[in-house]
Amino acid sequence: MTHDDPTPPPSSSRPLLEICDLNLDFGTPRGRIHALRNVSLDVPAAQVVGIVGESGSGKSTLAYTVMGLLAENADVTAGSILFEGRDLLTMTAQGRRSLLGDRLSMIFQDPMTALNPVRTIESQMIDIQHHEQGSRSEKRARAVDMLHRVGIPDPKNRLGAYPHQFSGGMRQRVCIAMALLVKPALLVADEPTTALDATLEVQIIHLLKDLQKEIGCSILFVSHHLGAVAELCDRVAVMYAGEVVEQGAVRDIFRNPAHPYTRALLECDPGRIRKSTRTLPTIPGEVPSLLGAKVGCIFRTRCQHAFDRCVQENPVEYRIGVDQVARCHLLGQERLVSA
Amino acid sequence: MVSFEADTPEINDAIDTGAFGAFLRQLCKNRLGTLGGVLVVLIAAIAVLAPLIVTHDPIQIMVGPRLAAPSLDFLLGTDQLGRDTFSRVIMGGRIPLLVAFASLGGALAVGVVLGLIAGFGPRWLDNLLLLIFDTIRSFPSIIFALAIIALLGPSLVNIILVIAITCMPGYARVARTQAQALQSSEYIAAERSMGAGTTRILAVHVLPNVIGPLVILVSMDVPAVIATSAGLSFLGMGVRPPTPDWGAILNDGYSYINQTPWIVIAGGIPIILATLGFTFLGEALRDMFDPKLRKDL
Amino acid sequence: MWLYFAKRTILAVAIIAIAVTLLFLMIMAVPGDPAVVMLGPRATLEMKEQLHQQMGLDKPLVVQIGTFFGGLLRGDLGFDVFSRRPVADIVFEQLPYTIELILVSILWAVVIAVPLGCFSAMRRNTLVDHVVGVVTVATIAIPSFVMAVYAVLIFAVSLRWLPAIGVGNGFWDGLTYLVLPAFAIGIGWVGYISRLVRASMLEILGENHVRTARSFGISEWRIVARYALPLAILPTVTILGIGVAWLLSSAVFIEVVFARPGIGALIVNAVNTRNYPVVMGVVLVSTVIIVTATTLSDLVNAFLDPRTREKL
Repeated sequence: MTHDDPTPPPSSSRPLLEICDLNLDFGTPRGRIHALRNVSLDVPAAQVVGIVGESGSGKSTLAYTVMGLLAENADVTAGSILFEGRDLLTMTAQGRRSLLGDRLSMIFQDPMTALNPVRTIESQMIDIQHHEQGSRSEKRARAVDMLHRVGIPDPKNRLGAYPHQFSGGMRQRVCIAMALLVKPALLVADEPTTALDATLEVQIIHLLKDLQKEIGCSILFVSHHLGAVAELCDRVAVMYAGEVVEQGAVRDIFRNPAHPYTRALLECDPGRIRKSTRTLPTIPGEVPSLLGAKVGCIFRTRCQHAFDRCVQENPVEYRIGVDQVARCHLLGQERLVSA
Repeated sequence: MVSFEADTPEINDAIDTGAFGAFLRQLCKNRLGTLGGVLVVLIAAIAVLAPLIVTHDPIQIMVGPRLAAPSLDFLLGTDQLGRDTFSRVIMGGRIPLLVAFASLGGALAVGVVLGLIAGFGPRWLDNLLLLIFDTIRSFPSIIFALAIIALLGPSLVNIILVIAITCMPGYARVARTQAQALQSSEYIAAERSMGAGTTRILAVHVLPNVIGPLVILVSMDVPAVIATSAGLSFLGMGVRPPTPDWGAILNDGYSYINQTPWIVIAGGIPIILATLGFTFLGEALRDMFDPKLRKDL
Repeated sequence: MWLYFAKRTILAVAIIAIAVTLLFLMIMAVPGDPAVVMLGPRATLEMKEQLHQQMGLDKPLVVQIGTFFGGLLRGDLGFDVFSRRPVADIVFEQLPYTIELILVSILWAVVIAVPLGCFSAMRRNTLVDHVVGVVTVATIAIPSFVMAVYAVLIFAVSLRWLPAIGVGNGFWDGLTYLVLPAFAIGIGWVGYISRLVRASMLEILGENHVRTARSFGISEWRIVARYALPLAILPTVTILGIGVAWLLSSAVFIEVVFARPGIGALIVNAVNTRNYPVVMGVVLVSTVIIVTATTLSDLVNAFLDPRTREKL
């Protein structure tokens, strides 16, 4: 029970969010899908942590698990998610909800459907401040101010509009305004730019970066776009088929990728291809089915360097340099430095 | 919300195999559906075997005293004309069931033909037929039925006719929608390119696809038709007396509700059981075959 | 807005016109003297002569239909064959009783059914939800006249709690007379509407904007009431428009069972006495009511959703 828990004072050394050895299954009629396996990830205070991976890698699932917004067939089988020192997974539903829209908030992938179509922006923006003190007019003033900061022109008059009266890019700005209006400690952003075109994407990334600095919150930034991650994030975790295969500082990962999957992912990024070519490089093979128990490295079926050990045992995290870990047996062979 | 699809494709597989056993097994999983199926079979069996079950002649007056209480001889008592209520109730299911099957069968046949004509025919014909369907649907069914019966006189055929007319547009609309969806599908285009005539396409490809959803719709309309049929005879607009009919029994009993409440109880319970049975069965069928199909199409 | 309104009105008028034409053709299709068919066997010779002249039976069918329509447009629905009073007067005298009955029935049904549907959706797949589900299916299935007769048997005959026959005197007395009829009509609607609300609520609760609201920690009840219900109620509004047809049909039975005045009792009585002009009058007026209600519910629906409201 949470209220019995003595809440430790958030020390500066301790990360804001600590995900420890998280395992999550989806129960389906065909069996259990192990959507997250042994995921460990920290989000330090006032930092931006990116999660990259292909579709189906579990990166969005991880974001939703942090927010507690998973479907009913989801089942956390092991692990903990410590937020400001308290385990979100053992909290009561009530206790967890009191954090949402206060310490935690989220931006979603599709701005076209993320806002309620029959209520005005004003009523939605006032509603979400239900944890805050203040009169309606104060809340309205805060909403106008935040809309102004995210770059909505003429926010006073636009406040009374309905979502369908905004363009996609503007709607995502409204969503960002809503998420930051509650002054969260952690903002979870699930592919906030995927549904937008390229120029808008850059604008939104810059906006997020500026506001993050201004407000001083942390961001958990989920994306499949490496460029966006490189631009915005301090740290990055690479996910593949429900596992974090590599994580570390953005600079290290992009300069010196240790995991074969990370390397393949970077090679496939059109923005990083130097030579002119007519064919885009791809990673051969498909993401394996996550049904049933798995032994060995999950990436081995698509890995060019796979060897016997990859079939027999699951790789542990190997530390590379100061602040970079990867799950690959190759690292164990080369360096024999086990984390 | 993140979720892995939790649909159950195996439900549909069980039916696609066409095995009647698999179908029954599937139906048994749905408890209400099973209850509905049992009720329907029971009611149908009683209706068919009615002459063997009755203890007295259901239309013979004064087989006993007037308005007698239930006894061993008259299980559900007697009515104001001294007829045996039990025998009348047993025989009384035949008319509603006959009306349901005849009118829905007729409505289905005509509806499919008109729907396919609307779906495959020229646009003006489609629009005209649609307008007519909408018009018929905008008549209040019972009031419309009363008007027709006023003109043509109450008879079994007229009741069947009226109900068939009011049910037909619903089926025609579904058939039309299905036909239009199929018409633009690729395999119909392929068939056409190989020189198949419209008749062949309709008979071989469209009809089987159209009939499936319609059968479910029809099965879901059965309780409403039984209610309408019993309702018309409750109003005295059904088959002529002395033919026994649940609605008529209910009406007869209603006049004596203070003295002999068992007559209305005996007349109403079978109507309730029949409508519930067909409803539960229809809902189960819909859930099994096509969860997306809604009654208010 | 006005364009949409005009379009819907034209469509409604077209449907009414076709309905009237169909009725007219049906009368013509019945073998025998159309005047006799229209007036019924109880009409006097003099009335038949009068109608013969009026219809111009020697003229072509189109002209006859035109004359028929002309009469309708002037509000002329013909004359009662017994009292010789205008049918329009008789129908509009009875109509308020039926409308009162229908409105009260649907009102209590909506008040009960909407929260019930929301509750079932929030507790989906629990025992309570399953029980509510079975009970609502059952109430939809049971015909209103059976419900009415049993309500009379239980509450009026056995328990003697409520009056069953007539409409009572004065407002409060009248209200007690309304309880059982409104119960008999409304109970099926409670089932129907609650199922409809439950289904659309479940659909809406799975939508992205609800997830957004949840991500801000807004309570589930508030999400259901303020975020989902305004959307989930839309199918119900549509059904209520179409439902007027069913309500009028139930009203026929209910007015007979409870011996209430109204157009349902009027048409049953008219059919029994072969008073055909009255029968046709009720059919026409109820068709107009239904088409109007359907059109109105579409307009209300379009207005309730700000996305379509703009395009109006």
